[in-house]
Amino acid sequence: MKFDRPATQNPIDRLKVVGQPLDRIDGPLKTTGTAPYAYEHHDVVADAAYGWTIGAGIAIGRITRMDLAEAERAPGVIAIVTADNAGLLGKGDHNTVRLLGGPDVQHYHQAVALVIAESFEQARAAAGLVKIDYAAEPGVFDLTAAKGSAIAPEPNELTGPVDTRIGDFAAAFAEAPVTLDATYTTPDHSHAMMEPHATLAAWEGDRLTVWTSNQMIAWATADLAKTLGIAPENVRVVSPFIGGGFGGKLFLRADVLLAALGARAARRPVKVALQRPLIANNTTHRPATIQRIRIGARRDGTITAIGHESWSGDQPGGGLETAVSQTRLLYAGANRMTAMRLAELHLPEGNAMRAPGEAPGMMALEIAMDEVAEKLEIDPVEFRIINDTSVDPENPERPFSARALAECLRQGAERFGWNRRDPRPGRTRDGRWLIGMGVAAAFRNNLLITSGARVRLDGTGQVTVETDMTDIGTGSYTIIAQTAAEMMGVPVERVTVRLGDSDFPVSAGSGGQFGANNSTAGVYAACVKLREEIARRLGFNSEAAEFENGEVRSGNRAMPIAAAAAEGDIVAEDKIEYGDLSERYQQSTFGGHFVEVGVDIATGEARIRRMLAVCAAGRILNPKSARSQVIGAMTMGAGAALMEELAVDTRRGFFVNHDLAGYEVPVHADIPHQDVIFVDETDPMSSPMKAKGVGELGICGVAAAVANAVYNATGVRVRDYPITLDKYLDRLPDVA
Amino acid sequence: MTPFTYERAGSPAEAAAAAARTPGARFIAGGTNLLDLMKLQIETPAHLIDVNGLALDTIEATKDGGLRIGALVRNTALAADRRVRRDYALLSRALLAGASGQLRNKATTAGNLLQRTRCPYFYDTVQPCNKRRPGSGCAAIGGVSRQLAIIGTSEACIATHPSDMAVALRALDASVETVQADGAPRRIPLAEFHRLPGDTPHIETVLEPGELITAVRLPKPVGGRHIYRKVRDRASYAFALVSIGAILHEDGSGQVALGGVAHKPWRVEAAEAELPRGAKAAAEQILAGARPSRDNAFKITLVERTLAAVLAEARG
Repeated sequence: MKFDRPATQNPIDRLKVVGQPLDRIDGPLKTTGTAPYAYEHHDVVADAAYGWTIGAGIAIGRITRMDLAEAERAPGVIAIVTADNAGLLGKGDHNTVRLLGGPDVQHYHQAVALVIAESFEQARAAAGLVKIDYAAEPGVFDLTAAKGSAIAPEPNELTGPVDTRIGDFAAAFAEAPVTLDATYTTPDHSHAMMEPHATLAAWEGDRLTVWTSNQMIAWATADLAKTLGIAPENVRVVSPFIGGGFGGKLFLRADVLLAALGARAARRPVKVALQRPLIANNTTHRPATIQRIRIGARRDGTITAIGHESWSGDQPGGGLETAVSQTRLLYAGANRMTAMRLAELHLPEGNAMRAPGEAPGMMALEIAMDEVAEKLEIDPVEFRIINDTSVDPENPERPFSARALAECLRQGAERFGWNRRDPRPGRTRDGRWLIGMGVAAAFRNNLLITSGARVRLDGTGQVTVETDMTDIGTGSYTIIAQTAAEMMGVPVERVTVRLGDSDFPVSAGSGGQFGANNSTAGVYAACVKLREEIARRLGFNSEAAEFENGEVRSGNRAMPIAAAAAEGDIVAEDKIEYGDLSERYQQSTFGGHFVEVGVDIATGEARIRRMLAVCAAGRILNPKSARSQVIGAMTMGAGAALMEELAVDTRRGFFVNHDLAGYEVPVHADIPHQDVIFVDETDPMSSPMKAKGVGELGICGVAAAVANAVYNATGVRVRDYPITLDKYLDRLPDVA
Repeated sequence: MTPFTYERAGSPAEAAAAAARTPGARFIAGGTNLLDLMKLQIETPAHLIDVNGLALDTIEATKDGGLRIGALVRNTALAADRRVRRDYALLSRALLAGASGQLRNKATTAGNLLQRTRCPYFYDTVQPCNKRRPGSGCAAIGGVSRQLAIIGTSEACIATHPSDMAVALRALDASVETVQADGAPRRIPLAEFHRLPGDTPHIETVLEPGELITAVRLPKPVGGRHIYRKVRDRASYAFALVSIGAILHEDGSGQVALGGVAHKPWRVEAAEAELPRGAKAAAEQILAGARPSRDNAFKITLVERTLAAVLAEARG
């Protein structure tokens, strides 16, 4: 189905099932521990051996000697995979760095061996007996030091242009009566998902099946085949349940390759879970940024010049963190510039993490907006609304498909009690706590990606949906079931959803908050085909036919849909494909984040007291799972604001705090109260579902709202995340 | 985990004797630290002596009006004990500021004293660490050291002791009862129990090979306001950047121990005379000779400010 004109009335608009706050249909499986995750497919594959991954002990250099003899003799050891015996390996299109290192080492904890044994404990013990000598080479590990050497890389589809200029930024900035020129930094972040990367691999002759934990089945399939040098049709990737991804599982990672190589070497199935201490350095992370923002405004609050530059680093051949992208779209202003530069670093590979680009970009931009509002003595909510725009500021011919930023901010201010905020910082006390409120806009683009599905009706009236879409905890199972139930006019209990298998049609996958809208639109397309076939078989005009209560109905005539499949299942397959609506209309999601913090006047400990997000993201397919998504994103934003940082040892070139004790993320006590409001919106430009993404909108801007609240509480502006007490303790008032 | 043998000890003396005669033996009680370290191959004991059955899990009043806390009393039980809450509230508060409910249910009094540092370089088996591999060097010095020690450090080690409970016990003038390998009992003031790193950071206490902790003794209650203030980056389930355990009296006198700053709970009795003069004077003396890194120099300010808040709370 080609979606190239704005959506009109369609069966989804009935909203009998879609749009309802249904519980997750996979909830009982998860709460009873019976949803099989990658490492747990015991019933499918018997007799799996266990792999233990050895990560490189240097950041860059070469292995000079690897002594496996003692490990090979250890009890239970079956095989040890290294670059020496793995055969010729390629590299996947989505990988920057080779997944199996040696003899060259490209980053710390790059996998250099897999020890396979009868038991997990034996594999681990034997891994301790592998002796590796390295010749380390000097590398570049400090973004600040490398900033001067950063270059403008070739732009690509993901980054967009690396330099943009509209009007005359320099002149307008120079002339502006009120200006800000400030530099902000965001650190490297780890996805820190609960389930580590894990894979169970089994070969049958030339055919390989991997049960893994991956967000993008088609990418994993293609990249695994390419890395192994085998035909893609000989690779099956299965990933029905995923214990969190956040972008860390978008790509083929070492667990998959090592399990496949291990199973080949051991001549039996092998399973591998990356050990927790490997996750930070072996897998990808959100790269650190240095961001310079310049804003010039007239005294009435109109922005006349806005400039945003960002520096990030990555491995040779790696990519940019696109931290300026929102600044091209979020606020009006006649004179504009953005620039992104990339430094070569030898830290582990950087890549996407929840809302890549916008998450760190908004962390900086939305502090800058707060700073300018204060200089102008204009309320920061009003300042944002003054600079709202209904068109793409770089291209006024191009309107937004829907843009409720002002409504989100106004409604949020009202609900949060923003009028109780004292704009003078450091004036509000509650016992030992300095109290502050902060606001930030939320912004994240809506991406349209081809997505396919297969729908089957059987003689009992049961509808089965198959697509390689994944559910990374987001609720994909449920919204897909809701979509099929709405389209086919059956209760949601009559829908079976099967996900995450490369035998199924290729979907958008999970990432970039593009999963929900695109994957359900793909299911919509397949259901339209199925409806046509059912109508045809039962003698209805499909245009006029209504599907309701398990029946097809037209005029006075009604037939159970099951009757159409009496002679055998009916299968329909289709995909949603997009025309140029996203070129003609800018499609984005918007919101307002409001945060109240308390800062201990003596110790400087900053604690969040309450948070509110108001979101406008098109039709909300399931308010319950969407709310969970936003709450989770707000929590992640709180972590980015106050504690999350991969600490770089700039001498040795690695992230030091590489476990969940050292890499702190918020715990329950950090998040006392959260609220989420969805603005009523449908976006006919996005898809027949009229929905957009929401799972990343929720993180964009949160950290800045926290930072602005800390400023309002203390009068101390911190521009380097995370906002930990050591960065401002000496600027707090004396303790009585 | 490398293979190990295992036995259940029948009595404290037997446990101590077994530990002394078996190379590479370790006692195991709650296992909340040792098992993690074994999984990471940081600890590789050849033999485990399980002391959980030794009936050292009671809290008894002593003749001198204090308490004798069995080595195996779980942190949860200790924190909830009525006498502890009434007379040694500092101890209860420190315990509840540490770990999580699940861990406190398992962790024992003796094990808490013996937990090992959380220095990230200690946890990375590839990195040099004099504590983990004596003589290999210290990667933390000059590295990421925001959490690490500012005082009592050496050229060999800048690790901290992570316990909250031990800070309270130090302020409370607790002592440790043990049984030695030959069966003889011994009593060690907590002040002397943990060592500074010096040239041998892998030797963390004065316990002799085989020596088993049987109890912790608290002296007669001294009254006063009991305050435990733990400063950390997140609200719960995090190790202290700095913590203060304090007992403060109406006349301005008191006992103060610090966590998060040294290889052991840090107390300078002589500095306590400065308490009536305020936090700045006292903190200066408590931390005299501190040698922080660039990453953790803030702890000096943080100790002073936190102590000021504690003194204000005691007055209020």
